[in-house]
This record gives sequence, C-alpha cells and structure tokens, in this order.
Amino acid sequence: MTDSPSRARTGARRTKPRPPSARRSAASAGAASTGAAADAKGGAAPSTGTAGTTDAATPARANGRRQSRAALNGHAGTEGRSNGRRANGVPWTPPVTPEPETASPPVPVDDHEPDIWDERVAGALRFLRRRITGQYDVDEFGFDPDLTETVVHPVLRLIYRHYFRVEAFGVENLPTDGSALIVANHSGTVPIDALMLTAAVHDETPDRRHLRLLGADLVFRLPFLSEVARKAGSTLACNPDAERLLRNGEYVGVFPEGFKGIGKPYRERYKLQRFGRGGFVSAALRTGAPIVPVAIVGAEEIYPIIANVRPLAKVTGLPYVPVTPLFPWLGPLGLLPLPSKWLIQFGKPIDTSTLTEDADDPIVVFNLADQVRETIQESLHELLERRPDPFT
Amino acid sequence: MNVLVTGVGRYLGAHLAVRLAAHPRVGRVVGVDTVAPTPELAELLDGRVEVRIAELRTLIGAIAEADIEAVAHMGIVSTPIRGGRPAMKEHNIIGTMQLLAACQAAPGLRKFVVRSSTAAYGASFRDPAVFTESTPPTLMPRGGFAKDIIEIEGYVRGFTRRRPDVTTTVLRLAPFVGPDADTTLTRFFALPLVPTVFGRDPRLQFIHSEDALEILVRSVVESHRGTYNVAGPGVITLSQAVRRAGRVGVPVVEPGMSAFAAFVKASGIGEFSLDQLDLFVHGRVVDTNRLVEEFGYRPRSTEEAFADLVQGRGLTRPGAFAVLRPETVAAVETLVLDGIRAARTAVTGRPGRGPTND
Repeated sequence: MTDSPSRARTGARRTKPRPPSARRSAASAGAASTGAAADAKGGAAPSTGTAGTTDAATPARANGRRQSRAALNGHAGTEGRSNGRRANGVPWTPPVTPEPETASPPVPVDDHEPDIWDERVAGALRFLRRRITGQYDVDEFGFDPDLTETVVHPVLRLIYRHYFRVEAFGVENLPTDGSALIVANHSGTVPIDALMLTAAVHDETPDRRHLRLLGADLVFRLPFLSEVARKAGSTLACNPDAERLLRNGEYVGVFPEGFKGIGKPYRERYKLQRFGRGGFVSAALRTGAPIVPVAIVGAEEIYPIIANVRPLAKVTGLPYVPVTPLFPWLGPLGLLPLPSKWLIQFGKPIDTSTLTEDADDPIVVFNLADQVRETIQESLHELLERRPDPFT
Repeated sequence: MNVLVTGVGRYLGAHLAVRLAAHPRVGRVVGVDTVAPTPELAELLDGRVEVRIAELRTLIGAIAEADIEAVAHMGIVSTPIRGGRPAMKEHNIIGTMQLLAACQAAPGLRKFVVRSSTAAYGASFRDPAVFTESTPPTLMPRGGFAKDIIEIEGYVRGFTRRRPDVTTTVLRLAPFVGPDADTTLTRFFALPLVPTVFGRDPRLQFIHSEDALEILVRSVVESHRGTYNVAGPGVITLSQAVRRAGRVGVPVVEPGMSAFAAFVKASGIGEFSLDQLDLFVHGRVVDTNRLVEEFGYRPRSTEEAFADLVQGRGLTRPGAFAVLRPETVAAVETLVLDGIRAARTAVTGRPGRGPTND
C-alpha cells in the first residue's frame, strides 16, 4: 500500500512524452510485437538475435515501456488515486498520458494538464510527515519500502538511465511470481553493479519487484552503510537469511565472487573469479527457487584498478585499497565513476525444484555452481561483442 | 495443582502469580523472592498469593513442604540489583542452581517453566537477520545479563536430561512493554530526548506484557515442552519507535553511549547495560512461528504492543515532552502545503487550484 503513490508517480515520469522514443514504440508495432512474442514464449530474444545490437535492444525497451503504461492505465492509476484520497483527504489527479483518452472533454491543453508540481509537493510533504511520525512499515530484515521507493529508486533511476545508459535484456527470464536467486558477476571496485542490478530488476519488471541483495559482513559492520543497506532491502550473506527470503517469495541477488571479483585488477576484467563455497546453490536447492544467471558488462570500467595498496589495506582492515587512473591522484574528483556503457543480460532460469533432496550433496552443488559460472562467463563474452567501445 | 512462582517481588513474577491464583486449574500459589514487592504489587498479591520473602536458600524447602507440582522461575533480573553486578550474578545463577537442585529432589514436580530472554542470541553484525530457536549465538555476548541467560539455559538443559518426566519450558522473552509495565525500556522512551547510536538504526521487537503473561500462564497450566521465542511478530526500528513516541532521537557515537550508561545509572532512571547497548547497535529479531503453532496463540504485533505503550503511558499527550506529536506534524503539513499553493497562485496569477482542478 505504501508504495502505490510513488509507483504511480514514477509511471507518470516514464510516460512523459519523449518524441523519438515514443514514436519508435508506437510506430514500430512490429518491434513491440516481437518483444511480446518473446515474452509469451518466455524465450531469449537477445541471445538468438545477436546480429544487430540496437535491434535487440529495441524490443526489450519498447516492451518495458508498454508494460509500464499498461500498469499505469490499469491498476496502478486507480490504486494511486484511492490512496491519495485516503491519505490526503483530497482527490488525486491522474498524471497525463500521451494516448488520447476517449472520455476527455475538449478543454484547452493548458488546463487539461494536471498540476504535476502540486502533486509532487503534496507527495513530498506526505512522505515527510510519514517519516517524522514513524508511520511506515519495515520488514523483519529492516527493508523499508517507503524510503526505497521514494528516495533510493528515483536516484538510482537517474544514474541507470542517464549516467551508465544501462540496457537490460532478458528480464522476461525472471519468474513473474515467486522467488528467484539472481546470481551475477561482481566488479567495479565499489558495488555500483549491485545497485544497477537492483534498479534493473525494479524498473524493468512489470510489477516492480524488489531485489533483496546479500551483502558482505563488512557492509553490516560499518555504521550508516549497514542501515542504508538494510533499509534498501539488503541483508547479510548467510544461508538462513537467503533461505528465509526465498521462502517468502522474494528475488534474492547474490555475487558469489565477492571481494575477489569486485577488487580484481583491471587487466583481469570480465574474467570470472572463483565462486566461493557455492552456498548460494544450496540455498536455492533447499527452497526450490530457480537460479537466474546474470551477466553485467560495464562495471569493470568505472574504477579501473591498476594497483592495490596492500599494506594500507592490512592496516585499515579493508579487503583492498585501490589505485585507479583518477584515484587518489585527483582527490575527491577521483571518486567519480567513469561513465561506461552498461549492458545487463538476464539468462535462462535454471530449475532446481527437482534437486531439493541434493542440497547437501557437495558434488551436485559444485556442478551447479560451475554451470552457473560458465553461463555467466559465456554471456559476458557475448555482451562484450555487442559493446565494442566501453564508453559509447 | 500447586504452583511456586519465583520473583514475585517484581512485575512479571507478581502478575503471573496473581493470574495463576485466579486460574480454575490452579490450587495454591506460593510466591517467593529475595526482595519485598513494591507497595503496588504487594496490594495486588495480598490475599491471593502466599508471599515468602527471604534468602533463596531457605525458600527452597517450600517446594517439598507445599506439595508443589509446577515451578515458574521468574526470579531472573536483567539489570544489576543492589550490590551491583556480583549480586546480580549470584541472584541469577546461584539462585537458579539452588532452585533446580530442589526441583530435582521433588518427586511430585511435573512442570518447570523458566523465563529466559532473547538476549540469549546476543547481538552482532554477523548474525542472521532473524533468529530461530535453534540459532546459536555467533559471538559470546558481552553483557552480564546475556551471559547469565546462556548459563541458566545450560543448567536448565542439564535438569531436563536428569528429570525427563518433568515438562520443561524455556520461554525466551523479548523486552516487554505495556501500559502498566514499568521497565528501563519504557522509561527510556519517556525521556524528552532519546539517545540513539550514531549511524545505527537497530530493528527491535517487543512483546506486550499482557501477551507475555498469557503465554506464561498457558505454559504453566498446559503442557508445552521445549524452547520458544516469545515476541510480537513484526519489527519496529529504534528511530521509528522514537518518532512514534513523539520523541526526538539524539545520535551519540558508540563510545559516548558508555558515558550515557553512566548518566542513566546516576540519574536513577534505571540501568543501561552492555546488553542493551549491543541491542541498540545491532538490533535483534526472532522468529515466532514455533510459539504460535504450539500455543495456538498469536501475540499482539510489535507495532501494536508499542502503540499500546505510547497510548497507555500517554507519551504523545500534550505536556509529556512530546515534540513531534502526530497532530502537530499533520497540522504543519497542511500549513506548509497551503502556503506553497498560495505562493504559487500569487506568482503565476492563476487561481489556486490545488490538486482538484477538474
């Protein structure tokens, strides 16, 4: 309930008329329908259509936009309206849609446009009131959907769309209902890839699912970071938490490479590191959740590590102290990630429901972990071919 | 059934004894403690419970003498009593050992119920988010109470092995709150400025005092063998609790909290132990499915329990130090919104239409 107004608001932002893209999605019905067909088959359009990179991108994006519009015109709009009325005492006006409405009276365009700014101000004040009086819900892991939807995702969305220009493929491979264990490669010195994956899952899935990340204990040792991580839906990477989240039907995101992956030098980019003990596999097996391998290309270039100051890392207790072309030479400016172009590929889900008995069999677990690892590595190579230049 | 209740000098023991005395399946209720009940509790107990106040060693004879069938061990204190931490440890551990020794020697005993605490799980950043009854503590807790609890549970396990015919119930209680329960925690939320740990917002769980007592009564009267987490389902973060109580949180850096603990002790509002400090850094959440399944009783959620504390103690009443009362905040919201609308109308020159333009 708490997320519906913000959902409606983001929907409004998404459907704001953007001439070239709107034309593309509306006019190229062919592209949209292929996207829908791929969706219906549950197949992987991108992996078969490797010929043209932009062609493969178009159906996925057009499809995503169509879905969000459907959600807006359908339940999200009405839900947001009723919620707005209840919370505020005044009716909520629906955001403008580019499609002509049959029942709209012939009024001048200027007056027909609802007062977006008024709604934004009222929404922000409502949010502030909820925060100040503590009237929001937090789940047992500390996840705060109100804060995540209203503050975290809008910021991530800006970075996702405009800074890294992320393109996500194969989102239809995520099960529409129920849990999934999303396993991805880890890179980039700072875990921005985890944030972008969260944004991809939230913004590209039709019902705006949240990705519940599993984080290293370093994250939960530090003040502030630990609380921000918990509020945004993360929890400590341990089997009890992973299994509990999967049993609750959540999407759980895990980076089995851990620090070995994220802190590797630039010359080893896109080479998957060892996959730990495969604890993530047994969590999936015990709960019967499908494993979705994900390849993320682009994060390796944001802070290219050319050296690691080991003595300093040892003294501070950090896993690594990176030296990049910009850091620490440029001081705070060196903290700015390089604006690489990102591609995220969601692979075909691996069914584990038949293997529930083998959760404690190390051979089954290792084999499955290897299979996931190889799938991600192959997928990384394919994505790299589609993106010849890291910064375009 | 005759019942012996330890710890009748305090809230939980006294209220449990009175409830048991009113229960149709309970005969005599003997209440023992080393300290006399407060006048308020004494009035409650008067005429219903046989209260005996003395050193615990001399009280143990009561079990054989009064033909006791069930023992409810509530006499475990969570904060140092008069005599400091050594006296607390003596009271908790030696007291429990002596009680268990007496119980072992009582052939007529059928039930043993002990009030444990969720402090048994400790609190650290390496712990899973939610503790089930089988989760071991990752690190040995550094607080005295938690150490006592772990040791007491160990002795109770030993007793369970030696007397398998006795139904032993270990109830791990979350901190209890309620309109009439007066604990360090409830006094804490009544402070005008509530100290919190800088950069930390722990997840907390409470159990309503009514629900805690109901579950204690059921475990004495009915038969529920094993260990159970007793907490209100759901979670409330410390910052949320502070705001719902209409208070303002004052973040204090972690070392500063020790100074605060000393201040609390000096100011006489209670004790603030390392257990509570760790709780305020890392938080603690337990799974209550086992309790609900076994007892067939669903306690009020943590949110409801806390709301009852705020309501019952009148924390957001005018004049109760509440800075951020919900009504005030809502009024300010309306004021600001109207102000912005008026300003926009003045600037754009169009009639103020708010969100209702059609």
